[in-house]
Amino acid sequence: MNIAVCVKQIPDPATPYELDAENHWVIRPNDQVLDDTDRVGVEVGLQLAEATEGTVTLFSMSPSGSLQGIRQALAMGADKAVLIDDESLKGSDALTTARILSAAVKREGYDLVITGTESTDGFTGVVPQMMSEILDVPCLSFARNVEAGDGTVTIERQTTTGYETVTSALPAVLAVTAGAEEPRYPTFKGIMQAKSKPVDTTTAAELGVDPVSSQTITAVDPVAARAAGDVVEDDGEAYLKIVELLEQVKVI
Amino acid sequence: MAESIRPGKLDATDFLQIDELLSGEERLMRNTVAQFVTDKVLPNVGDWFDEGFFPRDLVKEMGDMGLLGMHLTGYGCAGTSAVAYGLACTELEAGDSGVRSFVSVQGSLAMYPIWAFGSEEQKQRWLPGMAAGETIGCFGLTEPDSGSDPGSMRTTARRDGDDWVLKGTKMWITNGSIADVAIIWATTDNGVRGFIVPTDTPGFTANTIHKKMSLRISITSELVLDDVRVPSDAILPNVSGLKGPLSCLNEARFGILFGAVGAARACYEAALDYAKERIQFDRPIGSFQLTQRKLVEMMIGVNNGMLLALHLGRKRDEGTLAAEHVSYGKLVNVRMALETAREARGVLGANGITLEYPVIRHMNNLESVYTYEGTNEIHTLVLGQAITGLSAFS
Ligand SMILES: Cc1cc2nc3c(=O)[nH]c(=O)nc-3n(C[C@H](O)[C@H](O)[C@H](O)COP(=O)(O)OP(=O)(O)OC[C@H]3O[C@@H](n4cnc5c(N)ncnc54)[C@H](O)[C@@H]3O)c2cc1C
Ligand SMILES: Cc1cc2nc3c(=O)[nH]c(=O)nc-3n(C[C@H](O)[C@H](O)[C@H](O)COP(=O)(O)OP(=O)(O)OC[C@H]3O[C@@H](n4cnc5c(N)ncnc54)[C@H](O)[C@@H]3O)c2cc1C
Repeated sequence: MNIAVCVKQIPDPATPYELDAENHWVIRPNDQVLDDTDRVGVEVGLQLAEATEGTVTLFSMSPSGSLQGIRQALAMGADKAVLIDDESLKGSDALTTARILSAAVKREGYDLVITGTESTDGFTGVVPQMMSEILDVPCLSFARNVEAGDGTVTIERQTTTGYETVTSALPAVLAVTAGAEEPRYPTFKGIMQAKSKPVDTTTAAELGVDPVSSQTITAVDPVAARAAGDVVEDDGEAYLKIVELLEQVKVI
Repeated sequence: MAESIRPGKLDATDFLQIDELLSGEERLMRNTVAQFVTDKVLPNVGDWFDEGFFPRDLVKEMGDMGLLGMHLTGYGCAGTSAVAYGLACTELEAGDSGVRSFVSVQGSLAMYPIWAFGSEEQKQRWLPGMAAGETIGCFGLTEPDSGSDPGSMRTTARRDGDDWVLKGTKMWITNGSIADVAIIWATTDNGVRGFIVPTDTPGFTANTIHKKMSLRISITSELVLDDVRVPSDAILPNVSGLKGPLSCLNEARFGILFGAVGAARACYEAALDYAKERIQFDRPIGSFQLTQRKLVEMMIGVNNGMLLALHLGRKRDEGTLAAEHVSYGKLVNVRMALETAREARGVLGANGITLEYPVIRHMNNLESVYTYEGTNEIHTLVLGQAITGLSAFS
């Protein structure tokens, strides 16, 4: 099976990153890391590839920089990577991102596209659905326990109350949840081999996509400081008050 | 001249931006080990230390990653650079010196002698399983009456027909009671020789040493060799004399001079966080001049220690590192780590004595690191001899 895994290189969340004062885009350092969420996508892709003697190709739209994030995913065991690195794509919105990624996976050929549910830095959570629309294939979202074979893929789709078992024909787009699998650590051998694995770089023009984004970020406001919580004194009946509070926020 | 020198925005830990001196591959390896430590060691290490529990499940996982014997080549070993091995030790020891000790003993003290001095058959038989973490090794040099002066060892190996028969007692042996195989150093008619001894050989007993207040998640044992009979192919063929065990120790000490920086860093970071949060006299204690001085000294120690380690690591990869350099690094960095841990302990006040914080655990662990692999005094005398040309030992 030919598996495409979309992975984002993002600024290391451990080191605070800055926004460009003018256009509010993230200032991307040379060294970016693999988005933690996408480690799960890579893990699911590798397991399916191992089960089906398939291959895993990574797709990423970002400035190459030192390629550290991509190498991390290659070191986990992916076979090769396609990187869309194009100055004209700077500040792309989710739709442009989805068009670019769709064009790239289509060009390379795929049976299954795997993405995360939402990225750690942008977290619009819409790229997989947009890709399925553009590619005109089914979208299986909030997926865990993924199994594939005989031209189909079956998942457990997480819902607010439990999960649904969903089966679809291939090709398809699959968005995995953050806890779907525990991602493997890259091995030291894998890390050393990663530098000789093929990384193809391409552009929007080569993919025939017009890099126009209709989204502009008009303002970015800091999150309001969290207000002090309410204290419920237990006079023997506090549980009633807590149940009421939970009902108010629709948790129960 | 470039632009003028201006104030910068500097990281409180990597103040000198030593990260820039590492290759992308080195950083990826370092980050991988750091992630492993964050996920698998830090959540439970305080409890393990409290209970004196060795997390055996981690061994296989470390084998899968390629951490065991990572700087050796072939036979299932990853074959990384020496710097990468050192950086891995830094991250492991930022978790706990006991985890780093396991990796040092397995890779540098048990696998290395087989890799460097063993026959082809010995390498094929032992190394792949040890690299994978399926076979655990230990290294028996020290004896109850022979520590800093290993030349005084009493364990003997005598020829009997084609076999060798080993007799004696080894003491303070890391991994002893969990090892599948022991590298035993013993005197023969032709000087000190190394033997590969499966621990299920009749006459071999390992007794765990209890009531340790240091390296509590690492297992330390006494090995009793009561006429242990091994075949002729158990001897390491390609080395004789004390240079055999000493070259293994140099490999391990190389890891320790990186590792100690990790323990120091963990203590410094804990103290820095605490000093910024803890309010006394209406101010964070980190605002007091006395505390700032402590924090700055710790930060300098950690940064200088890392620079030193990296310099020695680059020399190791170039093939220009001398044994005396390793003594320098072990002496300076372990001393720095112990001082940092003790200072950090004080900054944390009463909280500094509990296992809720990492500091006292590191502080106690470092007492062992200060003593094993050549005590501070012995390395001082090695350096003394190097600069005066006069030996303090004879
Ligand atoms: C404040 C702000 C600043 C921004 N600054 C920048 C910027 O400086 N540079 C820039 O390029 N974009 C920037 N964007 C745009 C944003 O990164 C895009 O919307 C993003 O490329 C896709 O959206 P997302 O990350 O929210 O995707 P989501 O839909 O949340 O991601 C889901 C999954 O889609 C896949 N995916 C998403 N994006 C990519 C990608 N680029 N490559 C491979 N797989 C991907 C991953 O598998 C991911 O797990 C910014 C957005 C905001 C809100
Ligand atoms: C937790 C732990 C794990 C260990 N693991 C192993 C292992 O796996 N394998 C192994 O073989 N050994 C191991 N050791 C043993 C360790 O290497 C020895 O403890 C060390 O070599 C010191 O020997 P000693 O304890 O006998 O001290 P001694 O040699 O008796 O020294 C006592 C003191 O005298 C000082 N001293 C000795 N000679 C001189 C001198 N000439 N001039 C000035 N001062 C001197 C020393 O520096 C020290 O301060 C371990 C030890 C510990 C604590």
